[in-house]
Amino acid sequence: MIDFLTAPFVEFAFMRRALAGCVALSVGAAPVGVFLTLRRMSLMSEAMSHAILPGAAIGFLWAGLSLPAMTLGGLVAGLAVAMLSGLIARSTVLREDASLAAFYLISLAAGVLLISARGSSIDLLHILFGTVLALDDDALLLLGGISTVTLAALAVAYRPLVMECVDPLFLRSVGRASGPVHYAFLALVVLNLVGGFAALGTLLAVGLMLLPAISARFWALDLTGLMPAAVVLALLASVAGLLVSYYASLPTGPAIVLSAGMLYVVSMLLGPRGGLVWRLMPGRHLEA
Amino acid sequence: MSAVPSPGSALVFRGLTLGYARHPAVHHLDGTIPTGSLTAVVGPNGAGKSTLLKGIMGEIRPLEGEVARPGLSRRGIAYLPQAAEIDRAFPIAVFDLVAMGLWRRVGPWRSLKAHRSAVEAALAAVGLTGFERRPIGTLSGGQLRRALFARVLLQDARVILLDEPFAAIDARTTDELLALVHGWHDEGRTVVAVLHDLDQVARHFPSTLLLAREAVAWGATGEVLTTDNLRRARRLCEAWDDEAPVCRAPAATPPGHGSHDNHSHGHAA
Repeated sequence: MIDFLTAPFVEFAFMRRALAGCVALSVGAAPVGVFLTLRRMSLMSEAMSHAILPGAAIGFLWAGLSLPAMTLGGLVAGLAVAMLSGLIARSTVLREDASLAAFYLISLAAGVLLISARGSSIDLLHILFGTVLALDDDALLLLGGISTVTLAALAVAYRPLVMECVDPLFLRSVGRASGPVHYAFLALVVLNLVGGFAALGTLLAVGLMLLPAISARFWALDLTGLMPAAVVLALLASVAGLLVSYYASLPTGPAIVLSAGMLYVVSMLLGPRGGLVWRLMPGRHLEA
Repeated sequence: MSAVPSPGSALVFRGLTLGYARHPAVHHLDGTIPTGSLTAVVGPNGAGKSTLLKGIMGEIRPLEGEVARPGLSRRGIAYLPQAAEIDRAFPIAVFDLVAMGLWRRVGPWRSLKAHRSAVEAALAAVGLTGFERRPIGTLSGGQLRRALFARVLLQDARVILLDEPFAAIDARTTDELLALVHGWHDEGRTVVAVLHDLDQVARHFPSTLLLAREAVAWGATGEVLTTDNLRRARRLCEAWDDEAPVCRAPAATPPGHGSHDNHSHGHAA
């Protein structure tokens, strides 16, 4: 049994690399996902993941299927869309979700156009679905770097970030931190999506960020519990997905995200904090 | 500019016009809120009371004129908005919500440990002892209001703005919170509160600004809250008019100038 779980990683270097990449991604992206869901911005990250496509496409056109070029391109495009839509939301009548929707649609169409102008459909598939089984040293360093930066940034900005989530008006009234914290958080989202897109592809990068974070709500009550719970769930999903894809010869990205999806269903049913099963058989109410 | 603020003024309005999409909600307001005063702002719905507080906080920029806060940054003002943008589903404990009031002292990194007793004292002052670890989502409306008052207490601000602080709050809570307000007044803090209950204003607030886009009357509460003034306020505060012409009144005008009764603001009648 143990052998069944460890053999693929012991035997094959590419599996070990994939595991290392997924661990890095889980540790950084899951806590960011917790804040995203708490800020009711879950779908915003989905939009953002599409927004990085044209940047990655320009990197691809310029340097071929090179991870650094595509990552840099994706980063620039994602940050530009995040900042522009934030700026427009703060200075016109549009709400942030509407201005973001406008930008990401433009961005996604431009990205698909750029890729189909030169690359083959196989290249497009690489970008959309990632290459977790072919992570080279650069890619691993990138993923490790991103999760390091993410954890450090969350630690540094934790207090104002929580305040910005709970009561943005108050934070604006007592200090200048509101704007910088909001943009720094958006930058973290983009950073982790770009990291995820190298491994899982643009379409699935959001999966490892959001699904564990959403599932964590069924296991923990406050932030100090939610973030570790999300990380653990993301790690479980990564390992399970890699094993399933190895033994069943299935594509890795979807296998990892579907594993996270399975964990979500299990959490929703059995999670001690409001899971469905516990709702169906509530204990008797207390005296006070 | 005209008047140099006297040392005893906490807030000075000079020809202050605040509004939305060029339509004034507060129109050519001139006057001074003295340091240490306890002022009620009253007026019909849509009179610009909340807008005035937002203008003082810098949440909205004046269309014309200015608010001066002599010797005070706008971050040194504590502001309790009418509908706080608080996300009550966020999993945070009452203690942490109240401790936010310490932001100007602890900032993003300094430890809260030294201030723990201050937070507990603030919670005790609003009658929420024992609620420290409760998530804010489980509080009732009145309890959340108490917690927000505790946060204002911790802010230790020289000027405190309260926007309808007692709306939908039961009598006992209101009395206890009013006692806090009196405490602030006794400590020499400047308090400005938007209120609707005129009896409450008459009983607890020495000075009153009766607002109906313009200052209808401003001074000692007894002299402001006359039947005549209140009727005038209701009449002045009519709906906004899309066809309203551009206001031609001079920008900074001394208080009590008569031009407003004459020039047209699109009186819909």
